[in-house]
Amino acid sequence: MSGVTRQRVGRVFEALSGAAVALLLLALLAVLVDVLRDATALSWRFFLSAPGGSPAEGGIFPAIVGTAVLTLLMTVLVMPLGVAAAVYLQEYAPPRALPARLARAAVHHLAGVPSIVYGLFGLGFFVHAVGRALDGATGHQLKWGQPGLLWAAATLAVLTLPTVIVATEEALRSVPQELRAASLALGATRAQTLARVVLPAAGPGILTAAVLAVSRGAGEVAPVLLTGVASWLPDLPDSLSSQFMHLGFHAYVLATQSPDVDASRAALSGTVAALLVVTFLLNLLAIVLRGRLRRTAEGL
Amino acid sequence: MPGALHPAVVSRPTPPVEGARRRSAHWDKVVEGLVTVAGGAGLVLLVLMMIFVVREALPLFLDPTQREHASLAKLLLPQPWRVGHPEALLWNPTSQVPKVSLWPLAVGTLKVTFVALVVAAPLGIVAALFTSEFAAPRLRVWLKSGVELLAGIPSVVLGAFALMTLATVLQTAFGLDFRLNALVAGVAMSLAIVPVIYTLTDDALRAVPPTYREASLALGATRWETAVRVVLPAASPGVLGALVLGVGRAVGETMIVLMASGNAAVGSVNLAEPTRTLSATIAAEMGEAVSGSMHASLLFLLGALLFGFNLLLNLTAGAWVRARLHRREREPA
Repeated sequence: MSGVTRQRVGRVFEALSGAAVALLLLALLAVLVDVLRDATALSWRFFLSAPGGSPAEGGIFPAIVGTAVLTLLMTVLVMPLGVAAAVYLQEYAPPRALPARLARAAVHHLAGVPSIVYGLFGLGFFVHAVGRALDGATGHQLKWGQPGLLWAAATLAVLTLPTVIVATEEALRSVPQELRAASLALGATRAQTLARVVLPAAGPGILTAAVLAVSRGAGEVAPVLLTGVASWLPDLPDSLSSQFMHLGFHAYVLATQSPDVDASRAALSGTVAALLVVTFLLNLLAIVLRGRLRRTAEGL
Repeated sequence: MPGALHPAVVSRPTPPVEGARRRSAHWDKVVEGLVTVAGGAGLVLLVLMMIFVVREALPLFLDPTQREHASLAKLLLPQPWRVGHPEALLWNPTSQVPKVSLWPLAVGTLKVTFVALVVAAPLGIVAALFTSEFAAPRLRVWLKSGVELLAGIPSVVLGAFALMTLATVLQTAFGLDFRLNALVAGVAMSLAIVPVIYTLTDDALRAVPPTYREASLALGATRWETAVRVVLPAASPGVLGALVLGVGRAVGETMIVLMASGNAAVGSVNLAEPTRTLSATIAAEMGEAVSGSMHASLLFLLGALLFGFNLLLNLTAGAWVRARLHRREREPA
């Protein structure tokens, strides 16, 4: 082939690879438009009222509250543990020593475990083992030994732990070494340096980690399926052992178990819209935040 | 490294009040202890996960009645489930005679994963080539974020999309007999794994030193030739890692297949037939399985298999990628 032909062939293939990116973005758009288009038929009352007799009737308020409480509880459980683990890996562990390598490998493997297996773990460990032991200790017949809010949140906390650790590690790495050196040189202990210098400097990055965890955890249905979700429960959860409604699971029920699929399309769109507010939009926020942080880190 | 810095600095005596100094030294120890314990949490949870998923599957091997109804032969080999019919591999653990062959579920998992990979791998890799090698830097940032947004769509939403719309589109386009089948589930699944493959491939391509590109371009290769024959091969260990992670995600993904595969435990290799995966079986049947029954034990066994498969996949792929990378570093560039 002559040089000119090769150049032309190259251009054509470059354009085709651009088309692959365009196709992916188009697929994203198609999914969003398709699942949301029927939501326009809904009024605000849909989001603020309890479900009626069939899945397509009434609103999704209990599912919104259930998802919010579940996710909040998960965040409270996962953030301290995840941040502390990341601090250990970045600030305390000798980087090439065995404990740190093992801990890092474990986090890596945890990230690859399928979400349904987290559900089984939640059921086998939190509900059957911990829950039943707790019932035995507190004299309850069956309170903690069955699926419920706390166990579902704990399961999601384990599921999002790798996300939090990895994102927090990145945040800690972006804190300049000079800040630590200056603090230590002024006589601060390691703990003081951590609490007053390193963690505040990594604050926005740690916030990003939390946002990522929420956006991931709120969208997971398979684990809560086994650990405490209910398909129809107009009452709001009133205890940590209550079962709860969940936006993702409600979308699943509307899509698969509604006797009249067309009638429930609007409800499905509305449920998905509410779910995407906490998953998709938070993910978008995390991407923007992280991009900004990376640029700042490179600027230093 | 903070660990390398501090001892020399901290051991230097500091003047303030003696009591306060002792207190902060005490706190220093407490914080270090707490943080170290948290650092082990990942490892502890991984081990607990292994123990508690396997523990609930153990009755299959220890309990005499369960061992009889779900012997290894029944789990793995063709059985004469029905009088007058040839030996077969069937899954229906709640029927009068429990049918517990794992093969229909394994085949279903393989089929859906295969379709997802066939769609997602070329798309993800080629898209990564574009953003890494051809797109202008500003455009690159936007496109990368756009593709990463796909990862922010919960799988239940992708499942709903597949069930409502994609199934109809594919059925009309290919004239399929069944609306829900392995093909629909696989294509929807490809949307879930494409961001994984894309992002990791893009990272691998960006990690190839610019000198490789400069040398190739200087020798007269076009940008496309450089990308495909120089950069992509140099990044191949990373690309392989991306594909492996994509497969891992596809094998374990639950909601999409639960909603879009038709959920029939048929062990056929036909992509146009309804199918059922290991993961979807757990999600679909755990609700009706009585705690402690053989059915529940079987579902935990499926979970243990998924757990073991992903662990193995991560370990072997990790080892392979590291070996390849080391070899490349030792070779003269």
